[in-house]
Amino acid sequence: MFDWLMYVKVFLVGGAICTVGELLVIFTKITPARILVCFIITGVVLSAVGLYGPLAAFAGAGATTPLTGFGHALCQGVKHAVEESGLIGAFTGGLSATAGGIAAAVFFGALAGFLFKPHSK
Amino acid sequence: MDKQRIHTDPKHYSWLTERFSPPSPVAPCLLRSFWVGGLICVLAQLITDTGTCWLKMTARDASSLSSIVLVFLTALLTGLGVFDKLGKYAGAGTFVPITGFANAMVSPALEFRREGLVLGLGAKLFSIAGPVLVYGVGSSVVYGLIYALFIR
Amino acid sequence: MASKRIGLQTIELPLRPAITGCAACVGRKEGEGPLGEYFDFVAKDEMVGQETFELAEKQLYLDAIRKAISKGGSRPEEVQFLLGGDLLNQIITASFSARDLGIPFIGLYGACSTMAESLALGSMLLDGEHASQIVCAASSHFCTAERQYRYPLEFGTQRSPTAQWTVTGAGASLLNLSPAVPALAHVTQVCLGRVVDLGITDANNMGAAMAPAAADTLLAFFADTHTQPEDYDLIVTGDLGQVGHDLLMQLMREQRQPLPGDRYTDCGLLIYDRKAQDVHAGGSGCGCSASVLNAWLLPMLQRREIRRMLFMATGALMSLTSSQQGESIPGIAHAVLLESP
Repeated sequence: MFDWLMYVKVFLVGGAICTVGELLVIFTKITPARILVCFIITGVVLSAVGLYGPLAAFAGAGATTPLTGFGHALCQGVKHAVEESGLIGAFTGGLSATAGGIAAAVFFGALAGFLFKPHSK
Repeated sequence: MDKQRIHTDPKHYSWLTERFSPPSPVAPCLLRSFWVGGLICVLAQLITDTGTCWLKMTARDASSLSSIVLVFLTALLTGLGVFDKLGKYAGAGTFVPITGFANAMVSPALEFRREGLVLGLGAKLFSIAGPVLVYGVGSSVVYGLIYALFIR
Repeated sequence: MASKRIGLQTIELPLRPAITGCAACVGRKEGEGPLGEYFDFVAKDEMVGQETFELAEKQLYLDAIRKAISKGGSRPEEVQFLLGGDLLNQIITASFSARDLGIPFIGLYGACSTMAESLALGSMLLDGEHASQIVCAASSHFCTAERQYRYPLEFGTQRSPTAQWTVTGAGASLLNLSPAVPALAHVTQVCLGRVVDLGITDANNMGAAMAPAAADTLLAFFADTHTQPEDYDLIVTGDLGQVGHDLLMQLMREQRQPLPGDRYTDCGLLIYDRKAQDVHAGGSGCGCSASVLNAWLLPMLQRREIRRMLFMATGALMSLTSSQQGESIPGIAHAVLLESP
């Protein structure tokens, strides 16, 4: 069964989070690299205080695809790992929860570096 | 007054600069980042749902699948020289989702290939995305320690 | 003592060194701009048939120098100094070109002011009779500058409306003390500028960072020579772009020496069609003033459409390190008075 309403929520929440990033770009002149760092830390903090979980449940990929969702995944990964294996989980949980995206970015990044050349504009 | 030198107060000059610098077109920029960003998230949801409903994956694996597919698509579009044009159009709409993280790794890899495989491609891969991992992983470890020691 | 000095910063050149040859070699985008037909060479792409962007820039640099020398009726062996620079770390474009040319080399770094800086120093060497033929050159390349100062080319970001587009191009002029061929123009006065910084930190607004230095050099030059803006047929700045152009006009108004709108322009506004070519505030880089001067302005002096032109290239003297450490951007401007033969 296709859940239309879910997709509307994904679109609206995902778009809104990106728009916050754009507002920062326009009005604060913060560089994109810094905005990415701000977003991931914000994600970790919101997830830690329990605000991001409900948003992710409400909007699915709309909340998990932006970089704040990456922070949320790191945070929840750490939380579950600590619950399962104690203090060591603080170190093992984050990266194992996000391993797919990171490994893919490293692998495809290197592969693209081999295969393609930068284009002039 | 000494006519030889410029006598302008930095505060006054900063006000002048503000006045003579054209502003970004706010509404179009926000709109474009909104719809492109939203659409990328919809695509991610579509991949996740495909994973759980059709490929019978766990929710966690399906979510990883959607990350991997988006990263792959970004790498491909970056390599073909399309992603920078998309990014110019959408701004935060493409760099806030995981596509931006992937582009931040792929674009220096392409760019610095000529400087060698180790210190060029290998090292520069993390030149923009590295800080994201440092502060993301760093803050999650801090949270993990607090959680393990005080909350649990 | 220093009898050729007038006032605080200006130097008079009684021997009137001549510019006998000039050439500009540019990239595809510049060739598509309003000055396209005037360039000596327009590359088909940004690689100019080379392996890397850095080699492409060097190729343009070499081509411009060789063409300027041959158009000036000379040969590289007869040229006694190469004065030049570019934007890359350790000015590799200029020094690697000098390696290929075998001309004694004086490397200069004045950021985007390099063309005026090299012309000024070259003319002074000639006027001091330390040489009889000197070639001056400067270049920049969009792709090499972008990867050194900003982000990788394929990184998807938006440019600020105040940002400028680094010109891919090189320009060279051959200076000659006793020319065998007709001169294009004579260098009669030069004014070397002070470093001025009014606290601009936004690396996407170079025009604003450089405009105060431009105003400072103009004021010094007018005061030293007891002239005013109206005494010149054309005053041209290097790469202030639209924002810097407007700010310079404003600063000069505030100093009660307004620049006449029809006699003041900027190379960064001339080189591109700003509406059609998506370059935001205009062109920038060493190659901007170098290619516009050598393709468009010098021939205008030669045809005597204008008689007295004040050519002033401006530079922003910051580095990636200074920007990252939060330092503001110091600017500099050097002016060269060029008179038609």
